[in-house]
Amino acid sequence: MDSKRVLDEDAYVRGGEAQTAVKILVVGHFAVGKTTFIGTISEIPPLSTEEDMTRVAEAVDDLKGVRSKTTTTVAMDFGRLTISDHVVLYLFGTPGQQRFIQIWEDMARGALGALVLVDPERLADSFAVIDLIEQYGLSYAIAVNRFDHTPERTEAALREALDLLPDTPVVVMDARDENSSAQALITLVRYLQERAALEHA
Amino acid sequence: MTDNTPEESEAAELVRPYVITRGRELPAEDKFSLITLVTTVSDERQRPTRLSPEEQHVLDMCSGGYLSVAELAGHTQLPLGVLKILLSSLAEGGYLITRAPVPRARLVDQQLLQEVLDGLQARFG
Repeated sequence: MDSKRVLDEDAYVRGGEAQTAVKILVVGHFAVGKTTFIGTISEIPPLSTEEDMTRVAEAVDDLKGVRSKTTTTVAMDFGRLTISDHVVLYLFGTPGQQRFIQIWEDMARGALGALVLVDPERLADSFAVIDLIEQYGLSYAIAVNRFDHTPERTEAALREALDLLPDTPVVVMDARDENSSAQALITLVRYLQERAALEHA
Repeated sequence: MTDNTPEESEAAELVRPYVITRGRELPAEDKFSLITLVTTVSDERQRPTRLSPEEQHVLDMCSGGYLSVAELAGHTQLPLGVLKILLSSLAEGGYLITRAPVPRARLVDQQLLQEVLDGLQARFG
């Protein structure tokens, strides 16, 4: 019996000795498709972890299997994409609720930007998430996750409903489709790059 | 002031966790971010201290290559706070190599963003 649990080779960051990591947040209200999106894009099976919200000592109780926990934990999903020989990108799916504020501190710190997933049938549910993203000063793009049978909404109507700035990108996608999801991510990064170029002009 | 002192009963529960983490507290904020990359030092000689089972488990997992702190948490199912303490302890013992994420000042760097963009387009474009 081997007590070691070494992972498959694919689990490790390729060329890790030369890599530095960046992250992009994938945010949105409950059941908007964050986990699906990450699963579609990620090169590894998506992982999840719990961020402990209170003291470490209480969190350690979890480790010992104590169920009567007084700490509040929340799962976050994430995936990985090797961009080049020097850059590896992590995508973190983050719950949008204000009560997970500690998570947001950790997630927003050092993020390149955020992709805000939006359900066209539940636009009002996205207000709180967009407020949080703006509060943390993160640049973002809107990705409208089209579910089957949802009626098409004009971009103008959507922009008005979400009160977006004129240059905020809006892209329609299907989080189950790799190419469609990738295009949404590319739209965000292109926008971030253009903003950076403007700032340095 | 009331005579309600919940701190006392909580204090009693702190004993066991402090044994597990060997009384260590959370490392400084930036030492192990979610995307700090971690692996083991290959030199087997510098292993003087005895490791706890949890530390050994984390070390075994790191031995195959680089993983982010988030991935380690996902694979080990350890709460992040606990994992960070174990990593900190292992790093102090000389067991780990870490690679910090891209520094914050570079996050709005055009070149970096262009590289991410090019990488995505090459893969999916």
